[in-house]
Amino acid sequence: MEKGKGIMGSGRRWAVDFSDNSTAPSSRDIPDPPGFARASVDQDDSTVSRQKKDAESNWKTQKAWEVAQAPFKNLLMMGFMMWMAGNTVHLFSIGITFSALWQPISALQGVGKVFEPYKDNKVDLLGPKLLFIALNLGGLALGVWKLNTLGLLPTHASDWVSSLPPAQEVEYSGGGIPL
Amino acid sequence: MDWHQQYIGKVKQAVFHTHKTGRKRVVASTEQNIIATLDLRRGEIFWRHVLGPNDVVDGIDIALGKYVITLSSGGSILRAWNLPDGQMVWESSLHGPKHSKPLLLTRNLIIEKDNVLIVFSNGRLNAVSCIDGEVLWKKDFEEESLEVQQVIQPPGSGFIYVVGFAASSQFEMYKINAKNGELLKHESTAFSGRFTGEVSLVSSETVVALDSTGSILLTISFHNGKISSQQTPVSNLLEDSPGLAVIIHPSVTGIFAIKTDAATIFIRVIGEGKLEVVEKTNHETVVSDALSISEGQQAFALVQHAGSSIHLTVKPAHDWDSNLLKESIKMDQQRGFVHKVFINNYIRTDRSHGFRALIVMEDHSLLLLQQGAIVWSREDGLASIIDVTTSELPVEKAGVSVAKVELNLFEWLKGHVLKLKGTLMLATPEDIAAIQHMRLKSSEKSKMTRDHNGFRKLLIALTRAGKLFALHTGDGRIVWSHLLQSLHKSESCRQPIVLNLYQWLVPHHHALDENPSVLVVGRCGPSSDALGVLSLVDSYTGKEFSSLSLVHSVAQVIPLPYTDSTEQRLHLLIDADKHAHLYPKTPEAIDSFQSEFSNVYWYSVDDDNGIIKGYALKTKCSSNVADEFCFDSRELWSIVLPSESEKIITTATRKLNEAVHTQAKLIADQDVMYKYISSNLLFVATVAPKASGEIGSVTPEESWLVVYLIDTVTGRVLHRMTHHGSQGPVQAVLSENWVVYHYFNLRAHRYEMSVIEIYDQSRADNKDVWKLVVGNHNLTSPVSSYSRAEVITKSQSYFFTHSLKAIAVTLTVKGITSKQLLIGTIGDQVLALDKRFLDPRRSVNPTQAEREEGIIPLTDSLPIIPQSYITHSLRVEGLQSIITVAAKLESTTLVFAHGLDLFFTHYAPSRTYDSLTEDFSYALLLITIVALVAAIFVTWILSQRKELQDRWR
Repeated sequence: MEKGKGIMGSGRRWAVDFSDNSTAPSSRDIPDPPGFARASVDQDDSTVSRQKKDAESNWKTQKAWEVAQAPFKNLLMMGFMMWMAGNTVHLFSIGITFSALWQPISALQGVGKVFEPYKDNKVDLLGPKLLFIALNLGGLALGVWKLNTLGLLPTHASDWVSSLPPAQEVEYSGGGIPL
Repeated sequence: MDWHQQYIGKVKQAVFHTHKTGRKRVVASTEQNIIATLDLRRGEIFWRHVLGPNDVVDGIDIALGKYVITLSSGGSILRAWNLPDGQMVWESSLHGPKHSKPLLLTRNLIIEKDNVLIVFSNGRLNAVSCIDGEVLWKKDFEEESLEVQQVIQPPGSGFIYVVGFAASSQFEMYKINAKNGELLKHESTAFSGRFTGEVSLVSSETVVALDSTGSILLTISFHNGKISSQQTPVSNLLEDSPGLAVIIHPSVTGIFAIKTDAATIFIRVIGEGKLEVVEKTNHETVVSDALSISEGQQAFALVQHAGSSIHLTVKPAHDWDSNLLKESIKMDQQRGFVHKVFINNYIRTDRSHGFRALIVMEDHSLLLLQQGAIVWSREDGLASIIDVTTSELPVEKAGVSVAKVELNLFEWLKGHVLKLKGTLMLATPEDIAAIQHMRLKSSEKSKMTRDHNGFRKLLIALTRAGKLFALHTGDGRIVWSHLLQSLHKSESCRQPIVLNLYQWLVPHHHALDENPSVLVVGRCGPSSDALGVLSLVDSYTGKEFSSLSLVHSVAQVIPLPYTDSTEQRLHLLIDADKHAHLYPKTPEAIDSFQSEFSNVYWYSVDDDNGIIKGYALKTKCSSNVADEFCFDSRELWSIVLPSESEKIITTATRKLNEAVHTQAKLIADQDVMYKYISSNLLFVATVAPKASGEIGSVTPEESWLVVYLIDTVTGRVLHRMTHHGSQGPVQAVLSENWVVYHYFNLRAHRYEMSVIEIYDQSRADNKDVWKLVVGNHNLTSPVSSYSRAEVITKSQSYFFTHSLKAIAVTLTVKGITSKQLLIGTIGDQVLALDKRFLDPRRSVNPTQAEREEGIIPLTDSLPIIPQSYITHSLRVEGLQSIITVAAKLESTTLVFAHGLDLFFTHYAPSRTYDSLTEDFSYALLLITIVALVAAIFVTWILSQRKELQDRWR
């Protein structure tokens, strides 16, 4: 509530809140004015605020989905850059590959923070979060795939045997042409 | 970093040239077929010519005071060289009807104003003009059995005597007109005995000969063409029976010498054939030739040993009892006996005669003696190195701190500031001089301690004379030298021959305090069943700490890859009867050997009969003498090459100390091939027996070259390949899993180099990544040759421009650095050739992946890149072999090439990727860092200030 107000009321210097949602008169020192029926007001107010809340949560859900879909564009862009970078190992391709790896990882680390503004007990953030994570994982996979095409992943037998020392020999033989 | 030393070898004959006012020099011919002139003041070489292995120098002399005359190749080539600069002036070839002893005579014989040389060679007497080498006249002596011994030209006469023996028992004398070669007189006399050959000329018309029993001396004079002779039994001259005597001919008028086992006896000829013993010396005595010092007066020198000094005596020829000079010179024991002496005289300021003597020692060194002192000496034994090994230097002791040897911080910084100035071209001439001085002074490279990079080592060289030299790799100086006493001529060992050098003890692990030592193997006599001699020498001090006279012969020495607890390497010596003897003879050695007993094999290559045989060791020797260090051999396999079609000319094996980093070879597309790495691999090259001669002696159809790769444990032929129309000589090098060899292709009329790489196909299935990740594979488990690995080979051939004298491969400490071949070219230079050029996977159009891997597109010939001559402009004359030693720095190989000359350098096949160069300016680096840090601070302060101003705005 506070957060939502803060966002909506940005730009205002000050504000007076006329709506009083409290139901218990005992909470105040001043008694209610005569003829003031607290219950009826409450009734009216709650409908208005419910509508308002619904609108807000709708808006939040929409925003959350938007945020969740944002990495997709990133993904396309990354794919294009990778295609441009080629398959040889040089500074440019390595830079792109590592940024392609780093971006999803950092995004996944901050997944809670990204969706915090849209946190609401009425808003279901699971769907957008899952989408966000899936897209970022996709981005990560793209990065790893690129790393592999660059030959920087130990996925071949050659990567594991390249430093194997020669096997020891059981027999020893010496000799040659007599001196 | 590099050093180059020039030598001439053991001097055979020396002629002084000291008459002119110019630089005094001595002309020498050596047993290595070199003609050289040396500076008489310092012993430096003015010029030098190597005449090649078949062009043996028979005689040298100086003619007309400006030409050096050489007779070589058994008397068939006569050359004149300009004395000051060594340019050849003329050459004439002298042929004749038959082979004979070559004799060169250069007296001042003048025919029609032409100075003439008299040369007897190939059964023909030639008179050759000094000016242009033209043969003025010739006279053949075609009689079949005639052996001409002397050509004599009595001074001032117009005729020449040619004396010799016919049918070994008939004395022949020919008198020949020196003007035109006309035969004036021929006389001959028969004797009852036979002659040994050598005669000694005691005057211009008298010779002394010894009969073949060595007991009767014949004095033959042919005065006025009449032969008269007189026989004197040697026993008449000496009381005790001297045994077999040999004439040594000092060519001094009136005196000759005979040498027996015990003594040298000088005998004077008085009057008509009367002999008189003038002196009998029991020491080793060497006599020089006669030298005419003034009109009609001759002198000669005698050198005798007495303890640690030698006595040089110069005597006039006519009077034995008086001495012109008597000097005693302290002589290094490590030089052995005097072998030859040459004398020369000079006029002192008081008009008396002074003498200088050039002596050749047992270790082939050359020394000039003058006024009782050694003026200079040359270690010419180093011109005939047999084998080289290396030894580490001692570790720097705690007592000697590095700071003391080097400089303090301030001086260090000052030096680097100077260097920096030099690189920035700000240095004044004084600064440059200071920098040069600093570089020279920095004794860093010639210190006697081990260095961090492993560049400083001792090169231990064994020479043919039986002397060991330790050379410092930093500057090539001789650290110590030692004439092996055990390989000295003695009663028990009459004809010692040094064979080889092995590393006996390399300090390691728990024997770090021990000094390293080397094993020298020798043999008493030239035959293969002569008894062996072992000698152990400390590598730091050069002291022979142990020597053994073996009771068996030495046919092969096999260093085993096992050591005993004191780190002494076990060696197996195979004798001529195929018994194996284990050394060192300690119980501990036999214990450690027993555990590996069944895995030790040996093989022998009989290149005469074309048989290669493999043996295993059986139980103890069956001979009646109980010797637990002796083992019988059991023949396991033999490969008999058909003698009518194949003759073994070359074999090659892997170096024992070669390190291989990996067994896998990565090829394009991350694929992997497994190298067949075995230290039991033998490369054998055979040629058709007809084609074993010189290149071009056979047609391509009759000639072929067959190469084999043989496993020496099982005798299995892993690969066999035939090159039709090719012939030797073959030079080969085997390293890791490849062999490179060089031969001549008769069809293409060019030299070729081929490479064979051998891969283990039975390991190729190890391609499952997961198994490899978990380590579930058998790639590192010990392998046996009996497991019959399935091998495949790849090979390729290329043309190569040069013919080769030697081939080697770079060696690094871990074997990671890529390899280069070091090729000793016919021009006595060392050329480095990247192994990538000899890669059987080269193709004309390599794919992109192959290019990335570094495969060079195939060309038909190997490139010779002028910059890759590692000897630069220097030549290693008479190059014999190239030795590579790994430094501690992985990138660097130490290369030592030897022949007549020595050359040493560091070589980094893939550049020095693991160290900064010597010239690296640390000061520049330091200053750059300081400047950068300062810049960071300044910009930080500036940016702070700017931010503050922005806030206030």
